[in-house]
Amino acid sequence: MNNKIKRFLPQILTLLFVILIFGFLTFNAQINMDNRGIDFGFGFLKQEASFDIQFSLVEYDGLDPYWWAYVAALLNTLLVAALGIIFCTILGVIVGVARLSPNYLIRNAAAWYVEFFRNIPLLLQIFFWYYAALRALPLPQDAEPLLGVSYMTIKGFYIPAMVWGNLNIFLYSLLCAIIGIFVVRIYAKRLQENEGKQLPVFFISIGLITILPFLSFLLGGVTLDFDLPVLKELSATSFTYEGGIGLPPELIALTLALSLYTATFVAECVRAGIQGISKGQKEAAASIGLTPNQILKLVVMPQALRIIIPPTTNQYLNLTKNSSLAAAIAYPDLVLVFAGTALMQTGKAIEIVSITMLTYLTLSLAIAALMNWYNKRIEIKEK
Amino acid sequence: MTQKLKTNIYLGSILIFISIIDVSLNSFYKINFTNFLPDTISFLLPLILGTIGLYLIRYDYTGIKRLDSLNKNVNTSNFNALLTLLIIFIIIKSIPPSMSWMILDANISGDSRDACTGTGACWTYIKVWFKRFMYGMYPNELHWRINIAFILVIALGLIGLIKTEKLKKYLPLYYVVIYPIIAFLIIYYLISGGAFGLEWVETGAWGGLSLTFIVSFFCLIFCFPLGMILALGRRSTLPVIRYISIGYIEFWRGVPLITVLFMSSVMFPMFLPEDFFMDKLVRVIIAITLFEAAYCAEVIRGGLQSLPRGQYDAAKSLGMGYWKMQTFVILPQALKLVIPGIANTFLALVKDTPLIFVVGLAELAGMLALAKTNPEWLGFAMEGYIFASIIFWIICYAMSKYSYNLEAKYKTER
Repeated sequence: MNNKIKRFLPQILTLLFVILIFGFLTFNAQINMDNRGIDFGFGFLKQEASFDIQFSLVEYDGLDPYWWAYVAALLNTLLVAALGIIFCTILGVIVGVARLSPNYLIRNAAAWYVEFFRNIPLLLQIFFWYYAALRALPLPQDAEPLLGVSYMTIKGFYIPAMVWGNLNIFLYSLLCAIIGIFVVRIYAKRLQENEGKQLPVFFISIGLITILPFLSFLLGGVTLDFDLPVLKELSATSFTYEGGIGLPPELIALTLALSLYTATFVAECVRAGIQGISKGQKEAAASIGLTPNQILKLVVMPQALRIIIPPTTNQYLNLTKNSSLAAAIAYPDLVLVFAGTALMQTGKAIEIVSITMLTYLTLSLAIAALMNWYNKRIEIKEK
Repeated sequence: MTQKLKTNIYLGSILIFISIIDVSLNSFYKINFTNFLPDTISFLLPLILGTIGLYLIRYDYTGIKRLDSLNKNVNTSNFNALLTLLIIFIIIKSIPPSMSWMILDANISGDSRDACTGTGACWTYIKVWFKRFMYGMYPNELHWRINIAFILVIALGLIGLIKTEKLKKYLPLYYVVIYPIIAFLIIYYLISGGAFGLEWVETGAWGGLSLTFIVSFFCLIFCFPLGMILALGRRSTLPVIRYISIGYIEFWRGVPLITVLFMSSVMFPMFLPEDFFMDKLVRVIIAITLFEAAYCAEVIRGGLQSLPRGQYDAAKSLGMGYWKMQTFVILPQALKLVIPGIANTFLALVKDTPLIFVVGLAELAGMLALAKTNPEWLGFAMEGYIFASIIFWIICYAMSKYSYNLEAKYKTER
């Protein structure tokens, strides 16, 4: 009996405490909203947003409702997060491997890169790229073409856009190639298990993924044109580029800062992963006659990835959350558009801040769940 | 030494020497003595010559000490040699422009914009704004109050270094309860004023780097106890307490700090009782504390989990109850283990504080944004951000090195 009370009393007290706090807060909110004549509800999402978003991936104008503005802003957030993740992975892997290089200069250059970019607040880095570095770029009319087709200007980067004809046939050919690669891999595995023969899977895959799309150009009537950016005079002193894809400087600064900053953490994860493999593993693999490539592919990488992937996913998560700093340089992401402009216009503080937080929370939990599932899948199954 | 080896080494050294001279002349004196060649070749020539040179001097063992260590460290393969040359050339190339911008063509004299005539950096700007960057809009003649408050807080914080056996057992109590209260009182009465004949300075005037310190300091000392409770809650066997803790921790860890700050500035006031006014700075500190407590809790949980089960069993077999076991056996050991982790959390906290700029508190990044838009000082964003980056870098680098040392220290003690 005594024991039961000991177990239940603290729980009930805690629960009561939490309920009391929540009750107190909602009670206050109720009174405050009544006083200010605000009503709680999500009906505003269907109203006309009547503000403009500088840059969006989907068709959006001021006549669209708030929920569509939310979608456009969310896509912008996801865009910068995806770009950041791609670049920080590439850079992070290179730097992480470089930190273990036998070359003294490379090892130290990589170490200094990590120490330098890791210890400066991300916000300052974003400001630096946006207000200082990118502002030093030339005006559109003075810009020198890069590779003859793209322009780096103070108003943004302009790159050629691809104009596809019969894009669907091209995509089908890609799909066929990918399915083909899977079939070849399964066949190669079976061949090795049954007869001990090996197929050059890698070269067959490369062949498939180049030849099939190439055939689609020859036979399928797929066409590809480039829409080049062209200088256009708006007035005597103001120029801009038309055509092609224009990337706003905010996006560039944000991607640069996020990937340079997060790459330092990814590099540390990669380094820890590779260092985590004991020398004995490589020696054992070599002693049973595996080639260096096979050692890397069959022994080192599977084990290193097991160490590398969980903390790296965490860094991706951090990058996604950090992308909300976009608001500081007016890149139209979720925080700026929704928790900024939309909140200012509607005054629905509680609803909008909750939606924004829940969105990030959903993203985080989804990625965390994915990571847990992956961890379960790759963990060492001990008997 | 064979004749062939000798020739190869001489030839290789000469080629490397030529390639470095070529790049240096080009970089320092803008002379290009290979300009009779086509552009691309003239550009790549030093790289090619250097690689050939390094290839020629690459030997497993020559007996010359310098050469052997060079080969071992930077010249193990063709690819490595190429990378080595690239790094050396990039350094040589980047010295003159950065030197001339930062030092040779820069200005630091004078105290107005007109002093900046050179093409380089304008350090006069930093000099003029230095006090603003450090103290924000705090009245100039009252800066001594901030200085004294910081010195007192640091001095009180260092008390723990005095190791007297008698007082040692009170140290945790001191750091967790007494010190935060005293520090709060010191900062409140000295910096804010309003009593003891000190002039009242509203928090809106606080700013600059000192605000960064104030915010991160308070958040740290408040988030630590909260994090400890949450960590214990997450490890508890009582389901309600455990799930509430998990929910709290996962919620705050899942949202970005910037949305938390938005919440503190627009949503908090709605949840407070009517006519109850809370200063913006206080709201921000509360919000960051709630946020950091979740991270703190995870670090402490790591420490709790790393203790062997035997410790728990031993404490229980001595007849200790839950709280006795935690305070006398588990927490003292676990907290020692998590000190490096806490230092890292604090580092992240310091790096996050510039974010309070988005809700209108002007710490260093905010003051830079203000100074940048001042019509008298337009166009010096670069200097400002470089200055702020250097300051933050020094602070954060020192802290991360300190936490590495702590980690190493506690690893060996175990």
